[in-house]
Amino acid sequence: MNNILNQNPLESEAIYIFREVVTQFENPVLLFSGGKDSITLVRLAEKAFFPSKIPFPLMHIDTGHNFPETIEFRDKLVKEMGLQLIVRKVQDDIDNGKSVEETGKYSSRNSLQTNTLLEAIEEFKFDACIGGARRDEEKARAKERIFSVRNDFGEWDEKNQRPEVFDMLNGRIEIGQNVRVFPISNWTELDVWKYIDQEKIKIPSIYFSHEREIFERDGLIWTASEHVFKDELEEVKTRNVRFRTVGDVTCTAAVESHARTIEQIVHEITNSPISERGARIDDKRSEAAMETRKQQGYF
Amino acid sequence: MEVLKIATAGSVDDGKSTLIGRLLYDTKSLTTDKLEAIEKSSRKKGLDYLDFSLATDGLVAEREQGITIDVAHIYFSTKKKSYIIADTPGHVEYTRNMVTGASTSQISIILIDARKGVIEQTQRHFFINNLLRLKEVVVAVNKMDLVNYSEDVFNEIVSEFKKIQEESEYKDQKVTFIPVSALWGENIAKASTNMEWYTGNTVLDHLENINAEDFQKSTQTRFPVQTVIRPKTEDHRDFRGYAGKLNGGNLKVGESVTVLPSLTSSRIKEIYFFDKKYVEASSGSSVTITLEDDINITRGDTLVKSDEVAESFKNLRSTICWMDSKSLVPGAKYLLQHNTNRILTKIDSIETLKIGNYDAGEINSNLQINQIGQVTLKLSKNIYADTYENNPENGRFILIDPATNTTAGVGFINSLNI
Ligand SMILES: Nc1nc2c(ncn2[C@@H]2O[C@H](COP(=O)(O)OP(=O)(O)OP(=O)(O)O)[C@@H](O)[C@H]2O)c(=O)[nH]1
Ligand SMILES: [Mg+2]
Repeated sequence: MNNILNQNPLESEAIYIFREVVTQFENPVLLFSGGKDSITLVRLAEKAFFPSKIPFPLMHIDTGHNFPETIEFRDKLVKEMGLQLIVRKVQDDIDNGKSVEETGKYSSRNSLQTNTLLEAIEEFKFDACIGGARRDEEKARAKERIFSVRNDFGEWDEKNQRPEVFDMLNGRIEIGQNVRVFPISNWTELDVWKYIDQEKIKIPSIYFSHEREIFERDGLIWTASEHVFKDELEEVKTRNVRFRTVGDVTCTAAVESHARTIEQIVHEITNSPISERGARIDDKRSEAAMETRKQQGYF
Repeated sequence: MEVLKIATAGSVDDGKSTLIGRLLYDTKSLTTDKLEAIEKSSRKKGLDYLDFSLATDGLVAEREQGITIDVAHIYFSTKKKSYIIADTPGHVEYTRNMVTGASTSQISIILIDARKGVIEQTQRHFFINNLLRLKEVVVAVNKMDLVNYSEDVFNEIVSEFKKIQEESEYKDQKVTFIPVSALWGENIAKASTNMEWYTGNTVLDHLENINAEDFQKSTQTRFPVQTVIRPKTEDHRDFRGYAGKLNGGNLKVGESVTVLPSLTSSRIKEIYFFDKKYVEASSGSSVTITLEDDINITRGDTLVKSDEVAESFKNLRSTICWMDSKSLVPGAKYLLQHNTNRILTKIDSIETLKIGNYDAGEINSNLQINQIGQVTLKLSKNIYADTYENNPENGRFILIDPATNTTAGVGFINSLNI
């Protein structure tokens, strides 16, 4: 035992943020999508509090339009690590009339998640919601603070954010408000993959190349699924694809890929001419799709 | 890989966002989908060139008005290093967001519009960069295309700037001047053919040659405790670990440490990072340590080496950047957050600072939003602090308005006990 610790600054920062969350807030929750970023968060939280268990629950806002691989993965992870998982379903809010299902060719439950999320925050009185969003993902997210205050309607006031200087985080809020916390704000897509590799973190199989029934629309590769509207002219084919980012089936497009290992994934994204969220159908709705959703209280 | 953190600075419309967008474009860091989005928006605006500010101005309101409102964090890398860029707003109304961006950066690129020269906002931003003790400032004299690429104009601005530099407090700050056209990508990543009189580096070459490690200052060890880890599980029934991020210096197993403010001492038994033990942790690490003795330590306490105990103070003299619409006035009470510690403070006296030669107004005893002043504070309890100069992490604080919870100001301790 003669080793000197020289920590990766990104990891150190994320752990520091996690520790600020549990002391500055009464009732935090980790928003868990089953994607690589939220899986990375779980790993970082595990490290932050060892040998204690992760001192907050995970919450999945379930659209019901999942990739089955993600749900399987989620349940296995929760069981293996002895974590507490809360699931709130968009379907329930549709059934009780709080949300209205979209219709048409591009229908998705992506934006309906906001409703269900805000309901759940109120139900459990969560004051801090930890998320895996990164600033490099999208132009509105590039503007986000690490502790980002939401008013009692869950709204983000993007033109009047609280100053955040140095590493000093101010989590004081009024009752009813909540703070969204982004511990991996400063990580890039590549940083996440390198970390997954270094830490040997398990991730759902759909991140690796696999054969899948797909169809093409607007230059994107859509999953052929009962949840995705497809008209007769859109022809289903089988392709070798993988997912670079994982939302639900209706909002994430696949990319053609033969990458079967993390090393191959790293090589692929380093040389990719398009960005990670270039395959997000939910971001393509308009130029300000992300900002608009975030203003309303989205992740 | 080496990481360099940069913030932009300078007045509104001087071309900060354009320069960053151009840097991304010229280093092929913009993916096709992002580039297509910029092309589309530029066309929609009726431009026959690419508006690179759209690469960083991500909010609808920013794109509509063509200004930056809040800081955008941008990431790109070259073969040599990774860059984290904070593109900040120039408008005086958003100075708080500029401070937010600059505070986490190591160097600053100040833009100056060649047609306007050094103006009020240039001076304010330079003052803030100087106050933050950023080791290096690059002054990019921009829009050279609009002044016929004139060497005289450039030289005049350089000498103007050197004058304000001479008046600055922190003279060790390295300043480099580069004439550029951000819009046309001249001297950004490629050398300009219109300014043969300039023989220095492009902005990118200059950045590539900076050694970020030179910026690391060796300071005394300060370990603010964030939380106490007590698992109380079968395997770890008696485990009591102090979790925190190590600021400055290092920590070694066996060393004698003193707890502030209780002044009790013990020795470091173990240094944990996750499930592994280390004999030594270096500055910046988030670790959990255990001590030989059971002593009472809570969040807000700081562990230091027993021969490097900080001094304790009940009054502070500091420079404060004010960021709240409610002015700072003498007698007002705020929560002062110093590392993981929050205590009540009362404002004693305020003197606005005259920055450069624009601030012709008289010296006031209150601070309005975006003003900077010399402030003395009384603390409800002693704190163990350093000056910002000696130990930046332990020499700064924020003021939180207890009524609104907002972060109202940021302070830099310049002397203790007044
Ligand atoms: N001719 C010319 N115009 C430029 C140059 N650089 C920037 N501009 C223009 O100046 C205007 C302002 O540029 P921005 O990059 O938005 O300025 P900024 O400094 O980011 O402004 P704020 O962020 O609002 O403070 C835009 O219309 C740019 O196209 C240049 O080198 N030459
Ligand atoms: Mg700008």
